[in-house]
Amino acid sequence: MKISTVARHFREGAKNVGRNGWMSFASISSIAVSLFILGVFMLLALNVNKLADQLDNQVQISVYLETDTDQPKIENVERLIKRIPEVKSVTFVSKAEGLARFRESMGEDGKQALEGYDDENNPLPDSFEVEAFNPQQIAFVAKQIEAINESDPDKPVKRVRYGKGTIETLFSITNGVRNIGLFIVLGLAVMAMFLISTTIKMTILARRREIGIMKLVGATNSFIRWPFFIEGALIGFSGSAAAAAGLLIGYSQLVIKTNHSMGLYMLQLSTFDEVKWLVGGTILALGTLLGVWGSTISIRKHLRV
Amino acid sequence: MQDVEMDKVRILTGSDNVIEMQDIWKTYPDGTTALQAINVVIERNEFVYIVGPSGAGKSTFMKLIYREEVPTKGQISVNGFNIGKLKQRKIPYVRRNIGVIFQDYKLLPKLSAYENVAFAMEVIETPSRAIRRRTMEVLELVGLKHKAGSLPAQLSGGEQQRIAIARAIVNNPAVIVADEPTGNLDPETSWGIMKLLEEINFRGTTIVMATHNKEIVNTLRKRVIAIEKGSISRDEPRGEYGYEN
Ligand SMILES: Nc1ncnc2c1ncn2[C@@H]1O[C@H](COP(=O)(O)OP(=O)(O)OP(=O)(O)O)[C@@H](O)[C@H]1O
Ligand SMILES: [Mg+2]
Repeated sequence: MKISTVARHFREGAKNVGRNGWMSFASISSIAVSLFILGVFMLLALNVNKLADQLDNQVQISVYLETDTDQPKIENVERLIKRIPEVKSVTFVSKAEGLARFRESMGEDGKQALEGYDDENNPLPDSFEVEAFNPQQIAFVAKQIEAINESDPDKPVKRVRYGKGTIETLFSITNGVRNIGLFIVLGLAVMAMFLISTTIKMTILARRREIGIMKLVGATNSFIRWPFFIEGALIGFSGSAAAAAGLLIGYSQLVIKTNHSMGLYMLQLSTFDEVKWLVGGTILALGTLLGVWGSTISIRKHLRV
Repeated sequence: MQDVEMDKVRILTGSDNVIEMQDIWKTYPDGTTALQAINVVIERNEFVYIVGPSGAGKSTFMKLIYREEVPTKGQISVNGFNIGKLKQRKIPYVRRNIGVIFQDYKLLPKLSAYENVAFAMEVIETPSRAIRRRTMEVLELVGLKHKAGSLPAQLSGGEQQRIAIARAIVNNPAVIVADEPTGNLDPETSWGIMKLLEEINFRGTTIVMATHNKEIVNTLRKRVIAIEKGSISRDEPRGEYGYEN
């Protein structure tokens, strides 16, 4: 196709969008709304994945010892834990160290609450932090440690603690949310496409005379159809551009606003740079595709050449 | 490339016939038989009147030529192309060789006279410089160069028909199909249109014109094909109209 022809098709397509003002606006809005919602679910999914990764890293077993456990016993328990093949590392955390860490993690608020505690009256026990090679082995390793405790007549371990099931729960909730979300988005997308195809149909009807003359003087079918494809694509693209802009601007604000409070829990949202191409690109491509799809339906039905 | 493909569907008769119909029948989907057993040959550069009572099948005859309708039975070739056998996507290229004129002009109301004519060239992707030159040329030929910027609503019926004729000839078709081109015009204006069509015919374009205008047919003598109840009842060189108005 010649450049001048391409330019003409774009001009005509854009003219169609303008001529059909209100219908175009409705179509653009419906594309924008459905893709905005899709975008929200995409961002949610991306962040859940990231969160799960972060939680994975944090998942480790804390083994709290009885307060009166003596040094040789501590070393013995440590050696036994180290012998479990799934264990990657064992770190001894003395009760003084534990208190310091606790203070730090509580931040400003915690400082006051923990005031008055020092080495003399430290309520925390000594503990081990045990890390497995693989987060999935955590539960198994915890059982092994409990078994070690059972076989020792002194029962030196007071409590074995790990983030039992947090990730699983997180995933099952988000799976549910995602399925509902996909359902809603699918419904909205079909509606948007239907609206686009109706819009294109109205343009075709409005330009019936012109199309008739084009056929009469020998314009090819593709020449006649192109402006309508472009009209659909422009509607889809405009709607998705609006959705993408809204989403990404909103998200960048959200990241800035929550950065501080999330940081307290050692967690972080996906950064703007991590999501912008994936979310923006997907939405733009999908919107344009929906637009072209909608116009294809209408052209098939109403532009018999 | 396009032309090479087109050659495959050409009927290689070597003849100089612009239109050939062999045993053409046309029955509309509702069961009306508009044409039956039509056999016609129209040669290059002929000027032919199609006459006959209302409802005889004249418009149907014209529509078969520019392939608005397809025959129920029989073969038609236009300018050497067997248009019955033609693939759908090749039809546009055949239509470029046929100019069509209607009683009601069918101009686009929002386009100026110039734009209406140029439109026919634009949509077959003619380079813009050629469009400008050729459009002005045909506007001059139909005597409306000075009205190039007027909208159809600002033109008289005769002027609108001249613009429609300019649009029909702008792509240099081999044949002009005109269905009652003077049907809406007063006698004087009609004569102006006839002079123009004669000039176009003189320059080498075949003209097939359906008409109810007795005076024109009997004065500007040409071949006359009469259709009655779907059949050709008469086909005479320099014939007469043969009906009372
Ligand atoms: N699209 C159609 N569907 C069904 N019947 C049709 C159609 N077009 C024309 N006819 C019928 O076919 C017959 C021929 O019609 P046509 O228009 O060819 O006549 P005509 O000779 O052009 O008449 P007129 O002089 O009034 O223009 C008529 O009986 C008409 O009712
Ligand atoms: Mg008629």
